[in-house]
Amino acid sequence: MEHSSKQYDLDLEAIRSRVLLMGGLVEKQFRDAMASFLTGDVELAEKVMRNDEEVNRLEVSLDSICTHLIVKRQPAANDLRTVMATTKVITDLERIGDEVTKIARSAKNIQSRSTLIINNYASIKLIADHAVRMLHDALDAFARMDRDLAIRLIGLDAVIDHEFHEMMRNLITFMTEEPQTISAALDLLWAAKAIERVGDHSTNIAEYVIYVVEGKDIRHTDYATLFPERPI
Amino acid sequence: MFGNAAKNAHSDTTIKVSNLNFFYGDFQSLKNINLTIPAKKVTAFIGPSGCGKSTLLRTFNRMYDLYPKQRAEGTILYQGRNILEPGVDVNMLRARIGMVFQKPTPFPMSIYENIAFGVRLYENLSQGEMEERVEWALKKAALWGEVGDKLDKSGLSLSGGQQQRLCIARCVAVRPEVLLLDEPTSALDPISTAKIEELINELKQDFTIAIVTHNMQQGARCSDYTAYMYLGEVVEAGETDQIFLSPAKKETQDYITGRFG
Repeated sequence: MEHSSKQYDLDLEAIRSRVLLMGGLVEKQFRDAMASFLTGDVELAEKVMRNDEEVNRLEVSLDSICTHLIVKRQPAANDLRTVMATTKVITDLERIGDEVTKIARSAKNIQSRSTLIINNYASIKLIADHAVRMLHDALDAFARMDRDLAIRLIGLDAVIDHEFHEMMRNLITFMTEEPQTISAALDLLWAAKAIERVGDHSTNIAEYVIYVVEGKDIRHTDYATLFPERPI
Repeated sequence: MFGNAAKNAHSDTTIKVSNLNFFYGDFQSLKNINLTIPAKKVTAFIGPSGCGKSTLLRTFNRMYDLYPKQRAEGTILYQGRNILEPGVDVNMLRARIGMVFQKPTPFPMSIYENIAFGVRLYENLSQGEMEERVEWALKKAALWGEVGDKLDKSGLSLSGGQQQRLCIARCVAVRPEVLLLDEPTSALDPISTAKIEELINELKQDFTIAIVTHNMQQGARCSDYTAYMYLGEVVEAGETDQIFLSPAKKETQDYITGRFG
């Protein structure tokens, strides 16, 4: 149902579309960063690092728009939960932007070292694919306020954490056996850590979807484990 | 007849409404109302114009008795008795359950007399006791500091916000248990409104308060419990935080978010 004030609806829609714009930009940044990592495209890596400025600008402008809406409309109930969740989603998106920039930086560094660690690229690609999927689903869940999708993707975070720890163990073994690769291996590890953090931030976004839809703040709880569907 | 409020001090509920129906002639304006007014808390009634919230408030002190075509059916339990029954001393009831209206209604008398007038109807106090009571009531209404040294000035000479506080003092002076506030700040400026809202927060330590308000933010700020009414029915009632953050019913949410009509 629409607000009695049409302008209020327009204001909320303006926020919503801007958040989706920011989400789309961050998603593209992530894909580009991974592409630059796997192909060694330094120019692409540098472009990702430059574009982070646009993500930061969107964060600042969106926070301002949300604050103005609060002072003007004094939102209640679902409107209030939506605006509060939006301010938090913006923060997580900006942090994802920062993590993605780290991936791009690692890509650039690894290229400059010309060390080959091919057999570990397969594992980082695996984590990255999962994280890209998680981010995409998180943004999708937020756009459609899809509570079931949000629950499913919260479960996927454990998978990424597990894969990251696996990868770390392998890299430690690798570095011990071939010490000349340590610098490059560490670059790989930072990138993997950044990807793991993208998974964490995507989980946060899913938790905010639950907050908006159900009015429950499930952060720092095992809420999602009450619904033991296997993540896709 | 109604005795001392302290008798019921152990109870959590001051007023219990059961199956209340109200009619203006043939028109039914309250339909099967069931709710409780918790003791020493503020309960707010919100809803669009014509939903019945003022009508409901006025059943609590049998105000509708003044109008021949209005009648109430059902039960309103107060101090163990259904106040809708015949044989109830309505003057005593209205001393125990006081009312403040949207437009301040000071008597055309001195500030002192405004307060003493009501007290005299119920109690036989000496000069000294009356002066103490007047001072106590004005302090309770956060007005003593402003008028304590000019009690003989006319009540009508005060500002709107002060007049409203004088009306609250007048209610409080006869030592009621319940205060009914019908849009008490609708006619006041923001500063007076803020002072009265703060006053309500203090008063609830001593009195049970029911407030009707059009201002939803005021409802959210001032009350512990909120009931949303529409077309003579209570749609949803509960803790104020819950009603304003996560109401159970869509109709409630639509109203408080302005998606109404």
